[in-house]
Amino acid sequence: MFRSHANKSYADDILRLALMSAAVVAVGILLLILLFLLRESWPALQRIGLYRFVADAGWHPLEGAFNLAPMLIATLAVALGAILIAGPIGIASAVFGQFYAPPMIAASFKRMVALLAGIPSVVFGLWGLTVLVPIIAKWQPPGAGLLAGMLILAFMILPTVALTADAALKAVPDQYLRGANALGISQAGLIFNVMIPAARSGIIGGILLATARALGETMAVLMVAGNVVQVPNSLFDPVRVLTANIALEMAYATTEHRATLFVSGLALMLLVVALAAMAGKLGGRLHG
Amino acid sequence: MQIDCKFSYPASSNIRTVYLKEVTVKFIALLKKVNVLLSAFAILFQINAVQAADKLVITGSSTIAPLAAEIGKRFEKLNPDVRVDVQTGGSSRGVSDARSGLADIGMASRALKAEENDLKSFTIALDGVGLILHKDNPVKTLSDQQVIDIYTGKITNWKQVGGKDVRITVVNKAEGRSTLELFLHYYKLKNSDIKPQVVIGDNQQGIKTVAGNPGAIGYVSIGTAEFDAGNGVPIKLLPLNGVVASVENVRNGSFPLSRLLNLVTKTAPQGLAKRFIAFASSKNVDDIVEAQYFVPLSRK
Repeated sequence: MFRSHANKSYADDILRLALMSAAVVAVGILLLILLFLLRESWPALQRIGLYRFVADAGWHPLEGAFNLAPMLIATLAVALGAILIAGPIGIASAVFGQFYAPPMIAASFKRMVALLAGIPSVVFGLWGLTVLVPIIAKWQPPGAGLLAGMLILAFMILPTVALTADAALKAVPDQYLRGANALGISQAGLIFNVMIPAARSGIIGGILLATARALGETMAVLMVAGNVVQVPNSLFDPVRVLTANIALEMAYATTEHRATLFVSGLALMLLVVALAAMAGKLGGRLHG
Repeated sequence: MQIDCKFSYPASSNIRTVYLKEVTVKFIALLKKVNVLLSAFAILFQINAVQAADKLVITGSSTIAPLAAEIGKRFEKLNPDVRVDVQTGGSSRGVSDARSGLADIGMASRALKAEENDLKSFTIALDGVGLILHKDNPVKTLSDQQVIDIYTGKITNWKQVGGKDVRITVVNKAEGRSTLELFLHYYKLKNSDIKPQVVIGDNQQGIKTVAGNPGAIGYVSIGTAEFDAGNGVPIKLLPLNGVVASVENVRNGSFPLSRLLNLVTKTAPQGLAKRFIAFASSKNVDDIVEAQYFVPLSRK
């Protein structure tokens, strides 16, 4: 007995050490990235100043104009639009799979959604550029713009929303279901008044996860959003998101131009951090 | 429950110490091995450093730099004792570095100016940019002024230049691209004058955007556009001032929206620099030139 106990304590120690170093590495990488972004963007922040990044006449880094605000707005608008489209559809598909579909269909349906999650983003982008954009262009030229970006992103984050919502619904304790059935609640009442409220923290967690992905997505949005730096006035206006800005210009950027692209990266990172903080607060309130 | 145990230790109260000792000993042995390995590496690198004494520094145009870097890689492979160091900073830096001797070879994506005639320049490839429209667009030609008016947003519908009643979609390149630079230079525009509806990164994205939109106009490297148009992609290249936009016309110098990619040296090149320039303008690098959508030289 003693021996196995002693061994276990080593195992515990080793495990603790391994887990701790993994955690330290995870946090350390995040800090290093933040430091790196700060260091690379520091020359631009110092020489140009924060104010000009929101007040300049436009984004023409080679002509000394560095306004990032339209891209920040565009990034938020595209992500928000994608969530508004993918959120309801994702939750609806999870409800369908859990409560309405026959087991056979539900299983293959779920597998298809999971498959959708595995499609690389550049394939979505290519499809968007060659199929979706021309369709929108027939109706509202030039086609590439805010709406195309939202739709492509919505397709991409749909599986995240659907699968997390599905898991959250499944995790609702059985006695809720039995209790509701005993009270004779209708199926719709059961779903909307019992199951979804009980699963809401999981569902919202999934939506926030999807939002973070939408904010960070580059290639697909770059290919369909038009990439013109402007604050959109309509759903069909072309817009450029922060990630696309970096991908488009980094390859050929030098000195100050390069530093301002790191400022774009920093802005995006702060946006995601703010979102995560908000998620933490929201999650805390929901659980409490 | 002992079956799972992979190691056995003496059943004493200081199992831990014994175990730790064992680990420490093993760790020190490992460190020694790593140390031996490291010193072996160090010797290797020293040999390498001695061998790489032949270093070629090339600076200048950011258009040529990726091409020079690829050519440099192949040159290094053929001459293992040579290192080619390529740095960017614009054509003017290339010329001034070549003159001051900071670089062995400068890169300039233009012909030498009159006051730079004391230097020697060697063309290694050409760069041509062509305007592309959708194949179904009936417009056959545009004057320089019409192109400028379309790109600055003064003309917004194809019927204003003899086409159908379709809104024009202006496709522009992202800042910093060499095709953009050449386009702006030819039409004497600033990038902030241009009112685009779509901004693109590489040539393929430009071609796909125009191919999917009958009202679009864009400009891309001629090599890519000619290849794709010949392979069924629904785009067409516009002639410029009556000159057909083709790789052939870029090569013979008659197509106006084109430029030379030059290597520049202070005096007639000697030794390593001479060998590199000869290699960079030889047939051996034509595939690299084409892979980067530039036009190889014509050779007899």
